[in-house]
Amino acid sequence: MLGKLSWAAVPFDQPIPLIAAALVGMVIIAVLAWVALKGWLPYLWREWITSVDHKRIGIMYTLLAMVMLLRGFSDAIMMRSQQAVAFQSSGYLPPEHYNQIFSAHGTLMIFFVAMPFVIGLMNFVVPLQLGVRDVAFPTLNSVGFWLTATGALLVNISLVVGEFARTGWLPYPPLSELTYSPGVGVDYYLWALEISGVGTLLSGVNLVTTVLKLHAPGMTYMRMPMFCWTTLAANLLIVAAFPVLTATLAMLLLDRYLGFHFFTNEAGGNVMMFMNLIWAWGHPEVYILILPAFGIFSEVISTFSRKPLFGYRSMVAATMVICILSFTVWLHHFFTMGAGADVNAIFGIASMIIAVPTGVKVFNWLFTMYGGRVVYSTSILWSIGFMVTFVIGGMTGVLLAVPPADFVLHNSLFLVAHFHNVIIGGVLFGAFAGYNYWFPKAFGFRLHEGLGKASFWCWILGFYLAFMPLYVLGLMGMTRRMQHYDVAAWRPWLLVAAVGAAVILVGIILQIAQLAVSIRRREALRDVTGDPWDGRSLEWATPSPPPAFNFAVLPRVEGEEAYWRIKQRARQQARLGEEPGYTEIEMPRNSPTGFICAFFATFMGFALIWHIWWMVALAALGAYATFVVFAWRDRDEDIIPAEVVARIDRANRSARSTALAQPEAAS
Amino acid sequence: MPAGPDGLTDSEGPLRCLRSTGARITRCAVVMAPTVLTACQPAVLDPQGIVGIAEKTILIDSLAIMLAIVLPTIAATFAFVWWFRAPNTRAIYLPDFEYSGRIELIVWSIPLLTVILLGGVAWIGSHDLDPAKPLASDTPPLEIEVVSLDWKWLFIYPNQRVASVNQLVVPAGVPLHFSLTSASVMSAFFVPQLGSMIYTMNGMRTQLNLRADAPGTFRGLSSHYNGDGFSDMHFDVHAVSPEQFAAWIASTRNAGPTLDPSSYAELARQSVNTNPFTFRTVDPTLFQQIVTQRLPPAPGPRTGRPHLSVSPRTED
Repeated sequence: MLGKLSWAAVPFDQPIPLIAAALVGMVIIAVLAWVALKGWLPYLWREWITSVDHKRIGIMYTLLAMVMLLRGFSDAIMMRSQQAVAFQSSGYLPPEHYNQIFSAHGTLMIFFVAMPFVIGLMNFVVPLQLGVRDVAFPTLNSVGFWLTATGALLVNISLVVGEFARTGWLPYPPLSELTYSPGVGVDYYLWALEISGVGTLLSGVNLVTTVLKLHAPGMTYMRMPMFCWTTLAANLLIVAAFPVLTATLAMLLLDRYLGFHFFTNEAGGNVMMFMNLIWAWGHPEVYILILPAFGIFSEVISTFSRKPLFGYRSMVAATMVICILSFTVWLHHFFTMGAGADVNAIFGIASMIIAVPTGVKVFNWLFTMYGGRVVYSTSILWSIGFMVTFVIGGMTGVLLAVPPADFVLHNSLFLVAHFHNVIIGGVLFGAFAGYNYWFPKAFGFRLHEGLGKASFWCWILGFYLAFMPLYVLGLMGMTRRMQHYDVAAWRPWLLVAAVGAAVILVGIILQIAQLAVSIRRREALRDVTGDPWDGRSLEWATPSPPPAFNFAVLPRVEGEEAYWRIKQRARQQARLGEEPGYTEIEMPRNSPTGFICAFFATFMGFALIWHIWWMVALAALGAYATFVVFAWRDRDEDIIPAEVVARIDRANRSARSTALAQPEAAS
Repeated sequence: MPAGPDGLTDSEGPLRCLRSTGARITRCAVVMAPTVLTACQPAVLDPQGIVGIAEKTILIDSLAIMLAIVLPTIAATFAFVWWFRAPNTRAIYLPDFEYSGRIELIVWSIPLLTVILLGGVAWIGSHDLDPAKPLASDTPPLEIEVVSLDWKWLFIYPNQRVASVNQLVVPAGVPLHFSLTSASVMSAFFVPQLGSMIYTMNGMRTQLNLRADAPGTFRGLSSHYNGDGFSDMHFDVHAVSPEQFAAWIASTRNAGPTLDPSSYAELARQSVNTNPFTFRTVDPTLFQQIVTQRLPPAPGPRTGRPHLSVSPRTED
């Protein structure tokens, strides 16, 4: 009836996940109860859960990322504390638990923190920057988000029902094959990523089409803000790389479920094929994450230096060069597999070549600040922290691209330090810069600057304390994923790293405090103009939060920095442009398709993991039926009357006129 | 009784790894293993073999080349951020400065030239230090066959017809040619102070050439995560003088079990914290049988289809 599922699946003998899950469960129930008692459920259903508005979906992606960051960071704290105490002792986490933790940490942080964070920001910002009213495929976008949430949910269910993979965040066979991992952990991993991978692919298709096809009049490609370019590059990579991931994991699923032999030891299976395939996705994935972050830094540094981005064309070229080169370097993840010298050297050099466009970007940001008036906002602190931190991470990355150096550093904590250096110092700092930068656009009030800066300082200090020792440990020969060790010389460095993690924890607490305090003081932090930072691209031309239709009338773009030109003209003439003629606007109708589809997908994934075949069939039928119902819809658009459009736009125009009359207050 | 080198830890201070001069070969080294493990700090920056020394040189050189660019860049970042801060009215303000062909040329050239230089280092280094490339030497290399098991190391000396588990005894100054494979999952063989690591994979043979320049004890480990017993999968490398090595071989031949397909099958079962021991005689084709899978891959924690118990633990 329930396949492999029984009470034995609940790890009653492991108090940590049970207590943690119980606490989280209580918090979720309390929040749901509070929402229900307040009578907000219909509002949530109508305005958020079924929303196909790219801004709402973007915000939900970002929220998912932040919640999952807490879970992934809890794993990090457990790993650091385990290694701090596990000198000549087994610590407090046995291997079968510790191994799940580092596997879950990597999986969550990449797939359910970094990915949704950047996808959320791209979703929210890009249509606004392009001067359009929506993305290309609004309902598809919603489906993509909810499928990502399904994947995150499945990974978290594994905490209390069954187990998670004990194979590392990339399940290298044959360890991940049935012979060596007979439990459900690898199945949780595989189905969570198959489902969320489809969601990511849908999101990629949607954003590529949006950037390529939807533009305000006059918004040519070479006038798009840098963030749109990096979004295009990242989503092209998603469209090209995620099918590889899905196919590779599907092959492993076939091995595990149907006795195929793609990657087994026996019957001609080949583990080297898995490594090549997974990194053919895995290396572009790194750029899927970092390119949008590069775009965010370009926007933030330009805005807060009060200057246009230096070398725009160079930046566009660098972005697209990275996009293409990222597919030519995957072998550097396994130089130590014994390929010949020519192969290793060629992939090593190809990897180094990526450092050229990346270096160009760093120099261009530097020259964006040259001759500027740098305002020390929270967002630019994250950007400066990134520039300094990222060049260190880039340097160690190029070092690892030299094959003979990699021969002694591969799989060591030096490698762990390197990729945390670029992913925290690059992707996460970028996400936080974007979060502080675009938050007032999303909600109409700014985030508290003091707490934001305090959290930045904790994060950057904590980062250096936590990861610089790992570089040293790697040079001392400490390999990654050790549950315990008996080398005394490693211990002091691991203790420092644990302190670093604690400092980062303070940074995270300050971020939560920043959000809470900002919401309480939202009236004092209110921005009525829609342009709190004296911005340069079109998202700042809309009210904050932007109405569902974004732009009452699509803006005319006459050059780079579209909004800056409009604003300069208004400042010279000391008045806004003529009031446009308002007409009614058609917007896509909200649809529960994404949510219902993900509801069924969750059951389907769970049932597949536990071999509950009748539930698989029912859930598959349900998901399919949802699509059929959606395809049969008669009405897919709502009309927003011209009067409503006019009312919203006039209110914003009057606020902008007031701000224009008092330029000091605006800047 | 299994045999192994002993007394290597007596005469040295705690900070340096061992270069024992007066090490004697005695029996019953097994009990010494824990102290030997802690006495030695594995360190990539303290190489004790020709390969490791060359790799350290490349590592340091590459780092120096890049620091020459990275340090000025970091300094310039701080300088620009500070000097062009908004309240500083003494700084020039160029609100429209967004392009300069000369600067563009420079910013593309600097990383390009660096990468050309480093690319040369990578090309030459990859060829010189190819793990499969024999070391230049007058002495013929000692052949060693390595099998990674769950979770221990088997070292076969095919020409000497002996084998050891979780300890590797080698003559110092003699090139070592390793052939490596895995009995089950992927692992990686790594002795940080000697140099290059290499993956071990079932059904495949990888090769590695190393040399310990002087006598000493070095720590080796699995540098690729391979399951629940991973953290305990380390071993000691005892580099001894050629005479001591010959004596060790001789004493090993006198005692211990024999390694043949049936005792191999026993050994290949999952276990952790196996104390080092030796085999007095070895089936010389054993390694070949493992690589060609005539000896089947080692079993996992439980064979067959998944069982109701969802978190299978290894019996140890």
